[in-house]
Amino acid sequence: MNGTIPAPTIEYGMLAPMLVVFGAAIVGVLVEAFAPRYLRSAIHLPITLLSLLISFVLIVWQWVEGVPTKAAAMGAIAVDGPAMFIWGTILVLAFVSVLLIKDEGHFVGAAAAVPGSAEEEQALYEGAAHTEVYPLVLFAVGGMMLFPAANDLLIAFVGLEVMSLPLYLLCGLARRRRLLSQEAAMKYFLLGAFSSAFFLYGTAMIYGYANSLDLAEIGASLGVVGGQDMLLYIGGAMIGVGLLFKIGAAPFQAWKPDVYQGAPTPITALMASGTLIAAFGALLRVFWVALGGLDWNWRPVFYGVAILTMLGGAIFAITQTDIKRMLAYSSIAHGGFLLIGVIATGSAPAQNTSALSGILFYLVAYGFTTVGAFAVVTMVRDAGGEAWHLSRWAGLGKRSPLLAGVFAFFLLAFAGIPLTSGFFGKYAVFQAAVTGGALPLVIVGAVASAVAAFFYVRVIVLMFFSDPAADGPSVVLPSRGTAAVVGLAALATVVLGVFPQPVLDLAHSAAQSLFVR
Amino acid sequence: MEAAEIASITQHSGGAIGAAWLMIALPLVGAAVLLLGGRRTDKFGHLLGVLMAVASFVVAALAFVQLLGFAPGERRRGVSLFEFIPGLVDKVGLLVDPLSISFCLLITGVGSLIHVYSIGYMAHDPNRRRFFAYLNLFVAAMLLLVLADNYLALFVGWEGVGLASYLLIGFWQHKPSAATAAKKAFIVNRVGDVGLLIAMFTIFATFHSLTFSGVLDRAGDASQGTLTAIGLLLLVGACGKSAQLPLQSWLLDAMEGPTPVSALIHAATMVTAGVYLIVRSGPIFEGTGTAQLVVTIVGVATLLAGAIIGTAKDDIKKALAGSTMSQIGYMVLAAGVGPAGYAFAIAHLITHGFFKADMFLGAGSVMHAMNDEVDMRKYGGLRKVMPITFATFLVGYLAIIGFPLLSGYFTKDGIIETAMEHSAVLGWLAVLGAGITGFYMSRLVFMTFFGKKRWDAKAHPHESPAVMTVPLLLLSIGSIALGAYLILGNRFMIFLSPAVGAPEHLPEFHPFSAPGLATLALVAIGAAFAWLRYGAAEVPATAPRGSFLTTFARRDLYGDALNEALFMRPGQWLTRLAVFFDNRGVDGLVNGLAASIGGSSGRLRRVQTGFVRSYALSIFVGAAVLVGAWFVVGNL
Repeated sequence: MNGTIPAPTIEYGMLAPMLVVFGAAIVGVLVEAFAPRYLRSAIHLPITLLSLLISFVLIVWQWVEGVPTKAAAMGAIAVDGPAMFIWGTILVLAFVSVLLIKDEGHFVGAAAAVPGSAEEEQALYEGAAHTEVYPLVLFAVGGMMLFPAANDLLIAFVGLEVMSLPLYLLCGLARRRRLLSQEAAMKYFLLGAFSSAFFLYGTAMIYGYANSLDLAEIGASLGVVGGQDMLLYIGGAMIGVGLLFKIGAAPFQAWKPDVYQGAPTPITALMASGTLIAAFGALLRVFWVALGGLDWNWRPVFYGVAILTMLGGAIFAITQTDIKRMLAYSSIAHGGFLLIGVIATGSAPAQNTSALSGILFYLVAYGFTTVGAFAVVTMVRDAGGEAWHLSRWAGLGKRSPLLAGVFAFFLLAFAGIPLTSGFFGKYAVFQAAVTGGALPLVIVGAVASAVAAFFYVRVIVLMFFSDPAADGPSVVLPSRGTAAVVGLAALATVVLGVFPQPVLDLAHSAAQSLFVR
Repeated sequence: MEAAEIASITQHSGGAIGAAWLMIALPLVGAAVLLLGGRRTDKFGHLLGVLMAVASFVVAALAFVQLLGFAPGERRRGVSLFEFIPGLVDKVGLLVDPLSISFCLLITGVGSLIHVYSIGYMAHDPNRRRFFAYLNLFVAAMLLLVLADNYLALFVGWEGVGLASYLLIGFWQHKPSAATAAKKAFIVNRVGDVGLLIAMFTIFATFHSLTFSGVLDRAGDASQGTLTAIGLLLLVGACGKSAQLPLQSWLLDAMEGPTPVSALIHAATMVTAGVYLIVRSGPIFEGTGTAQLVVTIVGVATLLAGAIIGTAKDDIKKALAGSTMSQIGYMVLAAGVGPAGYAFAIAHLITHGFFKADMFLGAGSVMHAMNDEVDMRKYGGLRKVMPITFATFLVGYLAIIGFPLLSGYFTKDGIIETAMEHSAVLGWLAVLGAGITGFYMSRLVFMTFFGKKRWDAKAHPHESPAVMTVPLLLLSIGSIALGAYLILGNRFMIFLSPAVGAPEHLPEFHPFSAPGLATLALVAIGAAFAWLRYGAAEVPATAPRGSFLTTFARRDLYGDALNEALFMRPGQWLTRLAVFFDNRGVDGLVNGLAASIGGSSGRLRRVQTGFVRSYALSIFVGAAVLVGAWFVVGNL
């Protein structure tokens, strides 16, 4: 160390997809600062959608050119097969979520105003809308891209925070049920900060052990450094806590139902798909690249976490009476199923590839279905806004057979019924786990799926076989954007369920290269 | 008696035979359009139904003409349709040969006439369209049954006609008796179907094929015991569908369906499917004397049982149903005799199709005129009011009792002679059956058309419209002339021989053989006795108590009582036991599990307090546990 810090070399071409998103977010902030209020929405929307689109095109281009095999930015950011697959998935789902976000009526006019106050009334009356939503979403998406690609624990932490901070804000912007929304934002922020502290603390411990933050170097130091196992164990476990929190794995799942319920539904859709995918990408990278040599150590712990998460998510969901909370618990249970895939990794590269590609496919399948399901939730409304209570959904199938049918289809996909994408997702992960020797876990997974099927089907029964309430909610005529989201999600769920091979192949070739070191 | 060789199958394409699938497809499309089209098709539904049946008949007739153009040895034409389950039935195809084309002509010909008749008969029924849809469905399924070139497709048709039969028996489902009868028919048929299924399993296990060519050509390879088992199982299937003992009980109740249904399905076509099955599977039965013996015994027993039941019924349709049972018994008897009897079985089947359909439609015409009254004790003297119905019915009646030179005379006489040659006991029992037939059919005619009027006050009988009488006239022409045409000069036997084989020595027709004369004498005695009891004497309006024999016959020979005691009650006990076990055992387990999951969910829910501090605490504790677990595992 001679006191000078050399300027890092940055491969802008490899990082371009991420940079486009961050750049657009900054442009969005400028728009927010300089454009007149009435123009902002009209400017934001094309910028946001276009940046996501360009970023996606860049990824496709790079994929066709050839997946890089070396980490960029001096080894800090790994742009490899899995990262690019995850980026692409997140971008598509973010694009879809933005279509939901753009619908009027989800976001408060004046977020700072006290709920129910005169200022809020005034803002509502003026038809004010929070256009900051767009740059915030772009920042969050940028963070979601950085997090799973980070090849360095500090960069990972930066990614984690860039992803989370805008989401904390976005959670508090719901137009209706303001208190619930603000409460959700507060809870999410406090607990998120708490878990970030764990992550950071773990990072420090690991640095103490390995004298490096680079994942590859940490991996290389395992077994070389002697007598410091205490630091390694505490550090590994703490980093695990931070990552498992973002996934919503038990026992760190408590925030999920409260936050998913309170957040504006389009934001919930973005979180349920994008954040989960990003967090799984980061989890896989950290635990394979850095702590892969320690797998005999973390695997049993994850074993227990996965069982707890699957059963906990499924059992909690049974008594839920709120559709968004039910979907939140369903998301927890799905996180548990995905953890099975993480545990299914073994020493043989072929086994790793099949487990990884299973997880990637599962993430795509689940992401589309969950965005579609939350999009449907935005459409079922009564006087107080979206009708969340399940009793309000009774008889929906009689009044809006198409919408209820699509929703029932999504629920069946969550349950993993054949001919839906959920079936192949579960199948890919479970199969990898069986060949990886985690049969008991798969049995628990199957039991949890059976329990989960109960509450999915219960909603279907409620929609189609119960008499509609006299003052039941009405289904709003969807805007073009929302209709497109529901249609796209349903299409993806069908296509991935009937004809999954292309995406399976894609996931397989992405997983082929595994994570660069 | 040595059988002549069955011709091998020639692959065929083109012409009406190549388009044989149209026969099945046309009525199937009709059924689909009428069922899916809903009320929109109400206006023309019946016309479409008739059109499809007639179009199917035209295809059948053209195929028949084309078939006649080939040399007799090349008259078995295979038409392959599509590939199917490899190994089981590689290719599904149709087999157009003299046997199947005979059935096709009967099904579509008589079927079309009954379709036309139904326009009039069902004119006032609000669900007439649905009725025609089911009739079309039946025709399609029945044609598949007889045209299939393998047992699997045959079974599909077999189940299809069972379904159509169920739907049509229960067509007036608002009547509890009709709904029950439909269920009864379905369940009894299920017994037979299981027999057929197991027969198919055994066939496949033995021959590794289900196609007729793959099975029947190699029937000789199988052991005697296997063939007997297959034969008896096929017979169980045949008994279910053809209402033979011991699976006869559903047919009498099936008369709850509309009368055209009784004529088409429960007299002319579907109930003869069992005869078709036995004749088609001829090589299997010919390889096993035991199975053939059982077939003939079942046939004779049923022909007597049906006749006895027919003597005691006051319901005109049930009397005719008993007669149907009995006549199919004759066919089964002939089919059990072997190649010598096949042609007579099928010939009698065809002529019976005409004269029984004729009489059923006649009965329908009478009921139509009498406000749907079926009790013959409330008829009487109708010959003057309904001359056309009476005349056509009379033709059918004379045909069935075997009045010389009418259809039934030739075909039934053929069966009796063949049976006599096979075994004197069977032959004389068949003769006895003919005598009883003479009695009960005469009783029916005398009670209905002769004697004094015993009508209800509200009844105003009238002749039926032309749409109903024209089919009657056409059917009675068949009842008069068809028998002589088919039997004289062994025309039909020679025609069928490529499909089913033929005896070495063709039989000659002896009009004055001993059994023939004895039959005529017994029939005359029976008819005379009926005249004394029901023609000349007064018919009481309510049935007299009668002797125990009468009661025996009225109660269908205690067939239902037997079924109830042997199967229904033990079955009910079994289901009760199963329900008990299900409630206490399975449900207890399942409900207990569900309750415990639900309960734990409810209890766990309280953990979700909504307070950030408790969430943070749970994260903290979780992290501690995680670190602890990590250590424990790391130091193992």
